[in-house]
Amino acid sequence: MPDRSDRSTAEPLEFREATKRYPGAATPAVDGLSLEVPAGEICVLVGPSGCGKTTAMRMVNRMNEITSGDILLGGRSVKDRRPAELRREIGYVIQHIGLFPHWTIGENIATVLKLQGWDKPRIAKRVEELLDLISLPPDTRDRYPSQLSGGQRQRVGVARALAADPPVMLMDEPFGAIDPINRERLQNEFLRLQAELRKTIVFVTHDIDEAIKMGDRIAILQEGGKLAQYAPPAELLMYPASRFVEDFVGSDRALKRLALQRVRDIDLWTAAPIRVGTPTSEARAKIEESDVPIGLLVDESGRPQGWLSERALAGERVTKDLRSPAEPLLDLDAVLRDALAQLLSSETRYGAVVDSKGTLAGILSLEVIQHFLHAAPAASPTGADLLIE
Amino acid sequence: MTGPALAFLGDFGEAIEFIFKERESVSGGVQIGGLPEMLGFTATHMYVSIVALVIAAALAIPLALWLGHLGRGDFVATATSNVGRAVPSLALLAFFISFVGLGYTNVIFVLVLLAIPPLITNTYVGVRQVDRDTVDAARGQGMTGIEIVRKIELPLALPAIFGGLRTSAVNVVATATIAPLANVQTLGEPIITPQTYGFVGQLGASILVAVITLLVDFIFARLQRAVTPAGLKLASPARRRRFPFPTRRSPKSA
Amino acid sequence: MIGLPIAQGLQIQKPGGADDCVASNGFCPEWIVDNIDRYWTPLLEHVYLTVAPVAIGFAFSLALAIVAHRRRWLTGPIIGITGIFFAIPSVAAFFLLQPITGLGYTTAMVALVSYTLLIIFRNITDGLRNVPAETRDAALGQGMTERQVLYRVELPMAVPEIMAGLRIATSTTVGLAALAVFAGAGGLGSEILVDKRFKSNVVVAGGLAVLLAAAFDLMILGVQRLMTPWRRARA
Repeated sequence: MPDRSDRSTAEPLEFREATKRYPGAATPAVDGLSLEVPAGEICVLVGPSGCGKTTAMRMVNRMNEITSGDILLGGRSVKDRRPAELRREIGYVIQHIGLFPHWTIGENIATVLKLQGWDKPRIAKRVEELLDLISLPPDTRDRYPSQLSGGQRQRVGVARALAADPPVMLMDEPFGAIDPINRERLQNEFLRLQAELRKTIVFVTHDIDEAIKMGDRIAILQEGGKLAQYAPPAELLMYPASRFVEDFVGSDRALKRLALQRVRDIDLWTAAPIRVGTPTSEARAKIEESDVPIGLLVDESGRPQGWLSERALAGERVTKDLRSPAEPLLDLDAVLRDALAQLLSSETRYGAVVDSKGTLAGILSLEVIQHFLHAAPAASPTGADLLIE
Repeated sequence: MTGPALAFLGDFGEAIEFIFKERESVSGGVQIGGLPEMLGFTATHMYVSIVALVIAAALAIPLALWLGHLGRGDFVATATSNVGRAVPSLALLAFFISFVGLGYTNVIFVLVLLAIPPLITNTYVGVRQVDRDTVDAARGQGMTGIEIVRKIELPLALPAIFGGLRTSAVNVVATATIAPLANVQTLGEPIITPQTYGFVGQLGASILVAVITLLVDFIFARLQRAVTPAGLKLASPARRRRFPFPTRRSPKSA
Repeated sequence: MIGLPIAQGLQIQKPGGADDCVASNGFCPEWIVDNIDRYWTPLLEHVYLTVAPVAIGFAFSLALAIVAHRRRWLTGPIIGITGIFFAIPSVAAFFLLQPITGLGYTTAMVALVSYTLLIIFRNITDGLRNVPAETRDAALGQGMTERQVLYRVELPMAVPEIMAGLRIATSTTVGLAALAVFAGAGGLGSEILVDKRFKSNVVVAGGLAVLLAAAFDLMILGVQRLMTPWRRARA
């Protein structure tokens, strides 16, 4: 597959005091929304129903006309062009997908290409590329939407939006109609795709967890179409700007932050790895120097065997006398929230973290996690970072 | 003062005069036209129509209600509606004239046959259109089949049933126009005997037929609206189910 | 339904004695075979009296439906007016039109066309309305103009309903065309009236009409199948 990461056609998007007022309504649906989405980033619009997130998204491609204010695509107002022209340059993915049942998959994908007057060979080649991109076999081109599953149709919807390589994409609850298992798969696939294509995307969802997973930046809207906070996920979770944001994000926001991190990313405590037969004086010295006041018995390769009891250090040399087993052994590459879950389900205070070979890498405990949560993050992790390893 | 427009009005003017005032027949010697004669024709017309409609309703509606309740009549409903539309009323009437003969029985028989298809189709579809969940709930509460039909399916299907009655009524009244071919003197009599009644008579009778049929259509339309429960009237089109065969009126065949 | 009268009235005559058969008004296969030619012209006239009104009615209805698609408020009045045309019995209409259009095919055509309007218009409108909102939304969102949405998406998706309307209109018109004789036109109806008491005649003429309706029905169904390959495709 050709490398597209340097061929980014994405453009930045800016909402400038964008307002949508419906005639006869007391309050505006979208009220003076101002935010900037840098090129190549996913901005998630999230909020309770009625907050205007979908309305705001639809103002970008003028499916809803802007009452006042403006929206700038690559610096150019969206009001500049005729709506139909504008929309051909913006990818549009909606919840129920809206594939045309009377067209083949190939014809569906080529919708905008046909509108732009591409010739047949060029269209055929592009369709082939796109089917490959969304991991569907080439013969899908001649099938009809009714023959595909929900997940497959959703992917075709994305391909259709990507066909003309638009600078911006709008996605309105695109995975909302999919079952939870496939939804996660589709989300991951999409994030991988985005890592390659780096489109500027406005993504609407009502699910804060999806927002945290998918977004580079999250815009929380409250009723009346007002912006409550616009920030990267980690910042949102650590410093909610208002009571509303706090409530919306959920009282478990600390846990949500842990879902964005791997064990390897944080500062673990040290423990003294001690082999059988080591002189006890040496062992005690090591234990003194480490963070954890108990010795950890390891084998010749450094794999943890268990925590040493006092009796093990009674004599001249260390014996294999364990107070407790080394389990649970936590994976260095695990998501921090999962590691915490493991720790909580056991009775141990200290969790031994091992790398892919099984060697001791550090110690995880509740205090380590608490310490991490209270320190300011060095970089702002996103859900995408977790996937791209 | 000539020209097609006035001539047009002239013909109509004369025709209306024909309805109300007696005059001498075209062939001479007989008095034709005038209100008494017209009313007589109208009475015959309505008589055969009403009788036929009542008989057809008594036969078709219970049958279709039961089929709809069971959910077994798809084929019957489609077939009758297709056949019913395709058979020309004239052919049917002539068929019975040639095989059975002339007279009231014959005519009423034909009218009943013509009235049945829309009644079956519309009643059947009307019953099928009742929300299955509602019927389920009723069954769950212990209602028997007949009770369900009586208390739930019939009331909810009334608008569709009246739609069918409307179609059939219009069909029947319209077809009764050609009954004189079988010696039953409805309003079609002046139409098929121009030698006596002249074009004026034909036109006058046509006007009456048109007015009466429109009236019947209007009355049944009102009745249909009257039996539509307020809740259904407010339901958006998206909530009403779609059906494989058309629920709309098949028009009168005369 | 028709069993009893047939049993009573049917006297199928053996060949040999065609004149006797005719004289006693039986059902005479030999007579039919001999005289089949005289039904040819009326049949053709009947075909014309069916196809032309439906085609013209379709053109009108389509135009009306497209206009009413944008201006929804027009739908009610259009249905009201075409409904009135529809309710007036054809025989009456044939006469009511004569002062204006005279005796002959024009009158028949005008009346028959007006009957098709309500049916076809309503079917096209329903078909267009039944296009799911999200499909329309997606079409507009991809960058189609309203016109493109109508012609590339909504109308193609409404084909099944439109075809259903054409089928109803056609069978109906076959039936009504039988009465065109009253307007001064030809058709199988005129053959029936030529001798309405002669069984063979009635059966043939009437039967041909029914067969014609069935044939048209199947043809339109066939066209519909051809036009909608996506409905046959199943996962």
